Amino acid sequence: MAEKEGKIKLLGCWASPFSRRVEMALKLKGIPYEYLEEALPNKSPLLLELNPIHKKVPVLVHNDKILPESHLILEYIDQTWSNNPILPQDPYEKAMARFWAKFIDEQILTVGFRSLVKAEKGREVAIEEAREKFAFLEKEVTGKDFFGGKTIGFVDMVAGSIIPFCLARLWEGMIIDVIPEDEFPELNRWIKNLKDIDCVRECIPHREKQIEHMMKVSERYKLA
Amino acid sequence: MADEVILLDLWASMFGMRTRIALAEKKVKYEYREEDLENKSSLLLEMNPVHKKIPVLIHNGKSVCESLIQVEYIDETWPGDNSLLPSDPYQRAHARFWGDFIDKKVNVTARRIWATKGEEQEASNELIEILKTLEAELGDKHYFGGETFGYVDIALIGFYSWFGVYDKFGNISIESECSKLIAWAKRCMQRESVAKALPETEKVTTFISQCLGLE
Repeated sequence: MAEKEGKIKLLGCWASPFSRRVEMALKLKGIPYEYLEEALPNKSPLLLELNPIHKKVPVLVHNDKILPESHLILEYIDQTWSNNPILPQDPYEKAMARFWAKFIDEQILTVGFRSLVKAEKGREVAIEEAREKFAFLEKEVTGKDFFGGKTIGFVDMVAGSIIPFCLARLWEGMIIDVIPEDEFPELNRWIKNLKDIDCVRECIPHREKQIEHMMKVSERYKLA
Repeated sequence: MADEVILLDLWASMFGMRTRIALAEKKVKYEYREEDLENKSSLLLEMNPVHKKIPVLIHNGKSVCESLIQVEYIDETWPGDNSLLPSDPYQRAHARFWGDFIDKKVNVTARRIWATKGEEQEASNELIEILKTLEAELGDKHYFGGETFGYVDIALIGFYSWFGVYDKFGNISIESECSKLIAWAKRCMQRESVAKALPETEKVTTFISQCLGLE
């Protein structure tokens, strides 16, 4: 099939959960790719050329096709390489997966990072507000091995790249525990399940490096 | 078994307009229920507990939230002859990119024009730039997707009914700055699905003026 042939290049950043989740999908489907590391926050001319509108990683290049935005890339990969599907076929289940992915990248990222770092009403309030949002995810993953069911899927890659290996490292650096096991047993169980999956394990950034990175990012964000 | 489709919505919502247009394009029969956002119905709170926002599409008792997710859902559930999204994965991604752009850029910036004090000038200048970017993407095409009306047109057209608000509060004239986009909007308004879904601009402008206590 012509569409699957050809070279894949991925422009990413080791610390970016958005680029890590694309790598998870490529590895799950056994798709070889050339990885190009962006030395953020400096943006290379290549990045600015490939993604002039948002100027962000990840960007996937497949033959002459250029794709920015991690959700779009994940869906493109899933539609082009049909082995090990990450999105359900059923339109309703698919809509739910897209809904949760949007919730995670918008709401969870806000409460798990932005609101916590700024802590305009104090840290305790920020943590409480974060827990209210995480409670929705706790409910969603209850009784399931993964958000995708028996195997990992789209939502697992979105949540899995952001929560345990990005936000949780920020929280470690801040010496807080936003999703303690006694309050969020299902989410913690899901995190343990994730770590057993090869394509996830291969995409986990180095812990100490990531903690240091997240603390730097949070300082920059506070001053912005 | 007949489909039961309910849409919880607000007449002035540019997001709700997307879902109304998609349902009409696919000739899906549905029950429209107007929500009072000051007094949200128990059905709304039950069907969208995460965001408590409209529009909410309820299909045979199951709710789908977020307007662009609803448009895709409608396209996939009622395929018919007229696809709202291309079938090619790359073209699909391209369409969804612009839908996402509209959500991230148009909405957030446009709101600042009337909802935030002191930011009208800056926000309206930014909005014009954003609309020009969209104009460039449209180019000389009939619609954003080419010859057929689709997802990106649906994502953007609802904002057209709000252009009067942005003109008034931002002290700009979108028509003189983005004439190609206005021409596109008028083409869309020729479609019955769009004409029925969009309220008159004056009605939206009066509504917002009243909300702000200016009329």
